[in-house]
Amino acid sequence: MKKSIAIALLCVAMLAPAFAQGTSENAASSASAAKEVYFLNFKPEIADVYTQKVAPAFEAETGIKLKVVTAASGTYAQTLKSEMAKSNPPVIFQTNGPVGLAGNMDSVSDLKETNFYKLLGDKSMALTEGDHVYAIPYAVEGYGIIYNDAIMRKYFALSDKAVSVKSAEEIKDFATLKAVVEDMTKHKTQLGIDGVFASTSLSAGNQWRWQTHLVNVPLYYEFAENKNYDNAVLAGLASGTISFTYGQNFKNIFDLYLQNSCTQPGLLGSKSVDDSMAEFALGKVAMVQNGNWGASQILGVKGNTVANDDIKFMPIYMGIKGESNRGLCVGTENYLCINKNVPAETQKYADQFLTWLFSSDTGKKIVKDDLMFITPFNSFKENEMPTDPLAKQVVQWMNKDGVSSIPWAFAAIPSEDWKNSFGAALLEYAQGQKTWNQVSKVAVDQWASEYKLTH
Amino acid sequence: MQKALKRYFALFALPGLICFCLAFFIPMIMGIILSFCKFSNLTNAKFVGLSNYAKMFVDGNFGHAFGFTVLFTIVSMLTINVIAFALALLLTRGVKGTNVFRTIFFMPNLIGGIVLGWIWQVILNGILMKSGVTLVSDAKYGFWGLVILMNWQNVGYMMVIYIAGIQNISSDLIEAAQIDGAGKWVMLRHVIIPSVMPSITICTFLTLTNGFKLFDQNLALTAGDPGKKSEMLALNIYNTFYGRNGFEGVGQAKAVLFTVIVAVIALTQLRITRNREVES
Repeated sequence: MKKSIAIALLCVAMLAPAFAQGTSENAASSASAAKEVYFLNFKPEIADVYTQKVAPAFEAETGIKLKVVTAASGTYAQTLKSEMAKSNPPVIFQTNGPVGLAGNMDSVSDLKETNFYKLLGDKSMALTEGDHVYAIPYAVEGYGIIYNDAIMRKYFALSDKAVSVKSAEEIKDFATLKAVVEDMTKHKTQLGIDGVFASTSLSAGNQWRWQTHLVNVPLYYEFAENKNYDNAVLAGLASGTISFTYGQNFKNIFDLYLQNSCTQPGLLGSKSVDDSMAEFALGKVAMVQNGNWGASQILGVKGNTVANDDIKFMPIYMGIKGESNRGLCVGTENYLCINKNVPAETQKYADQFLTWLFSSDTGKKIVKDDLMFITPFNSFKENEMPTDPLAKQVVQWMNKDGVSSIPWAFAAIPSEDWKNSFGAALLEYAQGQKTWNQVSKVAVDQWASEYKLTH
Repeated sequence: MQKALKRYFALFALPGLICFCLAFFIPMIMGIILSFCKFSNLTNAKFVGLSNYAKMFVDGNFGHAFGFTVLFTIVSMLTINVIAFALALLLTRGVKGTNVFRTIFFMPNLIGGIVLGWIWQVILNGILMKSGVTLVSDAKYGFWGLVILMNWQNVGYMMVIYIAGIQNISSDLIEAAQIDGAGKWVMLRHVIIPSVMPSITICTFLTLTNGFKLFDQNLALTAGDPGKKSEMLALNIYNTFYGRNGFEGVGQAKAVLFTVIVAVIALTQLRITRNREVES
């Protein structure tokens, strides 16, 4: 009996390499024969555009197939990791900045010689190491507080309003914002809204508007004070510890969100970003913190009551000195890399695809009308910028006189785990289980320990 | 015949063995090897010795997740088996519509864990909303939510095993007991339970390991919130693996330790209940 088992195992052992070889050969030959580029997409909100518009158009013009797989919201890192281990890995994939890139250094190719890199207007935006270019941004985004100007006008027309400002454009600091918001809450039945702010979504996977985006503002101001570095992101990346100097300011705005919301703070653990955007689109609330990528979530919602012209942006004010001269938070965490572990030919197709998408007439039209990216490429002219209301607002804010944008310093956050711990602490704070001091302690302590663990 | 079987044993065992090796044995060996390596995917592993095992407790939540998991496993094992056994007793009495009930109780088991997690999240949040809290307001809601979910999902399956066990008890034995004047309780305690001991072994084994390995339901229902307080072992491993750059090996090390723990507990339990089985 034992002998038979041994023989059987031996058979398996002999067969195993044959199997292994078989699959890898298949992959290599099919990739070159099929002329296919595999793109692992990061943005679920525009997944359909890639499969229904981009891929057919690209194949029709070049004969190269485009395979697009989209990772579910909040699972890009996981999906990428498992896809990379397969015999037919993604050729084009996304990284969120210097920290994400560090985790993928084994698979990124040097993009210096690609046509795609030549399109990039400001070369300093690419992620580089030494002489090598590893990741190129493809969309600049901005976020702030989105407001429904129709509701705001209705409020400012009230005879018994308690503030002296006459329009939303005049709100230029936290004190004014707070006064307006709190007075609006008092008048919410007259205004026909359930609350001023949409739900502060704190369910798992829906905390990024706070643990990444909102916290960017205090982190940026803190890092900007470090004059040893050229910019705040570099200073942040080198910071082994933070003191969360502007934590109190974060609390200012966060409290305002919580207390003037359409949802009780205790129930926020069940709310998602989609819920918040729907509340805004249906006109139940006047403001929501999000970025221009949320346009499709407002315009595309059934029963949307907000007119295009009424969707406007205001910067996030939290009572920090000099904030009146600051605009939206503008930056990118959308960098594309090309996998160096696929055949050179396939890498060329990838370059061809990206160059096509961002410079050919067909490609640019899709980018402008359907993908709605504000791109950093010199192939786009002034009139080729996206036309959705939020993207237009971002461009306006970027070009406003006397106002400078706040860069995305959150790229310096040492790990996903920091964001999740901080997000969890915010949830407990909203539910009244943690004091603000405990939340800032989490932010400070976790930063130190995560930095140590990842360096 | 015997001889021919022996001669061709290797050939007939081959398909099964190939599947076993490809899907279980080889991945397990690779997993153990990877726990001693630093890697981001299978192709770039570098040997780093025991450092992954040393870093296992740095996030401080592994111990809590372990305690939470043990507690959950005990509670869910008890409730699932008691309820399943009670249902099995009820549904072997020849009540009208027995088959319909059996089918209905079994059905939840056919739905995947993630889907169940989402459905129950909506249901439970809807109920809790009345008192102004949600599933993630406190770990205890998540805990009992998980217990309810697991009961709902697993009771039907265990019930089927118990029904098979109860139906297998020979009617001679029951008749003899009745003639000897055994009441309902005595019958249950001294005839039925000892006779279905093999089913009890199987069911406790299944619920025990299911409870320990629980992942999808945990992820979908609370995802460990609030503040990782409802995070179970499998989810903790998953979060370790993906939470930071360079921590894949640490997650792998935790997974190896996890396998050992589950194996030890399950084997101990198997040995204890096996000893109580009687030959019918």
